[in-house]
Amino acid sequence: MNIHEYQAKELMLKYGVATPPGQVASTAEEAEQIARTLQGAEIVVKAQIHAGGRGKGTFTDGFKGGVKIGKTPAEIREYAANMLNNTLVTAQTGAAGRLVKKVLVVEARDIKRELYFAIVMDRASSAPVIIASQRGGMDIEAVAHDNPEDLFHENVHPLLGLQDYQARRIAKLLGLEGKLLADGAKLFKNLYRCFIESDCSQVEINPLVVTSDDKVMALDAKFNFDDNALYRHPDIMAWRDTEEEDPREVEASKYSLNYIGLDGNIACLVNGAGLAMATMDIIQYAGGKPANFLDVGGGASKEQVTAAFKIILSDKNVKGILVNIFGGIMDCNIIATGIVEAARETGLSIPLVVRLEGNNVEVGKKTLAESGLALITGTDILDAAQKIVAEVKKFA
Amino acid sequence: MAILVTPESKILVQGITGSFGGRHAQLSLDYGTQLVAGVTPGKGGQMFAEKVPIFDTVEEAASQTGATVSVIFVPPPFAADAILEGVAAGLELVVAITEGIPVIDMMRVKSAMRGSKTRLIGPNCPGLVTPGTGKNSHGGCRIGIAPGYIHKKGNVGVVSRSGTLTYEAVWQLTSLGYGQSTCVGIGGDPINGTSHKDILEMFNNDPETEAIIMIGEIGGTGEEEAAEWAKANCKKPIAAFVAGATAPPGRRMGHAGAIVSGGKGTAAAKIEALKDAHIAISPTPAEMAATLIKHWKR
Repeated sequence: MNIHEYQAKELMLKYGVATPPGQVASTAEEAEQIARTLQGAEIVVKAQIHAGGRGKGTFTDGFKGGVKIGKTPAEIREYAANMLNNTLVTAQTGAAGRLVKKVLVVEARDIKRELYFAIVMDRASSAPVIIASQRGGMDIEAVAHDNPEDLFHENVHPLLGLQDYQARRIAKLLGLEGKLLADGAKLFKNLYRCFIESDCSQVEINPLVVTSDDKVMALDAKFNFDDNALYRHPDIMAWRDTEEEDPREVEASKYSLNYIGLDGNIACLVNGAGLAMATMDIIQYAGGKPANFLDVGGGASKEQVTAAFKIILSDKNVKGILVNIFGGIMDCNIIATGIVEAARETGLSIPLVVRLEGNNVEVGKKTLAESGLALITGTDILDAAQKIVAEVKKFA
Repeated sequence: MAILVTPESKILVQGITGSFGGRHAQLSLDYGTQLVAGVTPGKGGQMFAEKVPIFDTVEEAASQTGATVSVIFVPPPFAADAILEGVAAGLELVVAITEGIPVIDMMRVKSAMRGSKTRLIGPNCPGLVTPGTGKNSHGGCRIGIAPGYIHKKGNVGVVSRSGTLTYEAVWQLTSLGYGQSTCVGIGGDPINGTSHKDILEMFNNDPETEAIIMIGEIGGTGEEEAAEWAKANCKKPIAAFVAGATAPPGRRMGHAGAIVSGGKGTAAAKIEALKDAHIAISPTPAEMAATLIKHWKR
């Protein structure tokens, strides 16, 4: 799960990680009010959406930039009015863009240095690792690719956590000296505590800055949380903004279905995450393009199959459906019955290929055959994939 | 011989009174597995299916029944504790089926397990099966949630991160007349107990295993590490399939561990590493067994 920048700021504040003073606003008036309370010569207004690349983004009405710097509260009000309830398109949002419902109003800081600091859960060491660089404020993946020697890694012991000497070592490597060495180390320790206590999978501060008045602070932060652990963080879960997510994915999650929309035209409905990925792959192998990832799980009910069909069909690009079920324990006839009912209920009018294998498969196939539906049966996954690709091409 | 478990292995089930655990415990009993005990705190003294004693603690269950293997079905918030209880009881093998355990819990469990004699398989895995000699492989050791009847006793080892892809491979092998020594699902989480490489080593040392199917998926570097090891050490033919070539980066594809991030963990990189280790690549999930047999019998 992701959160908004203003929420990240709130979380960091709770853990004593310094950020520039500021508040979130839902209206232009609020933005102006906040601007009046802030110090400093300049104030920044930032559109609150989950996607990155806001500064270089353009609103659908032509207004340019999701991050603006102003000098007076009136100017801030003007910028906020332009951004709020407007749709921002950035390199990461896709053409549809995202509706801006809130803006963050913060004091601009005179920046001396921009650094990079991140904590990620590392699979290889089964523990957190810290990644830091003096080259902050830029695309860190480009730095990792072009100048890997500019990135520092510090492995953290999974039970002991980040030690003081490690925090100081990172501060030193980042060129923080004197009072800044202690301040930086303290910030890193605080952020590490936040990472562990909030069950993060990744926290990235880019940039971490040193201001002209010698303060170390987080100018922007990106948090990713471990979805498996959200049950023990109701406060963080409350920050989930479903409007930032694909509505089909939100709908799917209500039925415990795992759906991810893609840009192809052949939808698939599969049991098991590995098999679902493999089914997408084989659609492509057969010359088609998958429209989604959809895992209905190990014990899919009739209701789930019907919901899955509705979600699949809500994607207007979809021109055909491939159902691939290996019912090891699950009764294939229950799935077959679910498919038939779902097809009837949704008035299915596009080609449907079903590959069914496993427990009670003969009865399941009989149910499909006797349904009177114009569905096509595949003998194995490859056969099924080839058939749906051929069907979709017929109508192309 | 098989690896990890034999039809004689004695199994206990943590979470046997839950609906999920109970259902699969019954299926294992039906398969002929030596399922000798259940554990549910507070329900000690009761019986499961009128023949399997339930204990309050793993320690009691192991000492009174001789069980050396545990399979865990308890819900995610209690799963890390359940694994550690099995480790503390000195079990040889703990198989965690539970899906959805917080990563930080698994980080702590894995660290705490260092130096212990217990091996962990999973979490978020289908478990493992060593097929038996009876009808539809009856009499084997079925631990977890895999369908037992699709197996056949034989000489192919199967290792996978995904449940349904394991069944798919097993079904293909059995349909073509090739049986399995042991089939292991190592699980789809980013931090797990046993890696692809660990299982390849065991298959390589197992006289009964003659050839191996390895099924990987996007995310992490487990497949690459296994390939590197196999290139230098594995004496047996291996065929592999990697799922997720069409998965978009940055998205979690069902499994917590199936995610391509920062350009790492792509299917292309894994396939490259596997090819470099002279492992035959199945182009689609429909040809896993056929690819192995072609590579093996050439």
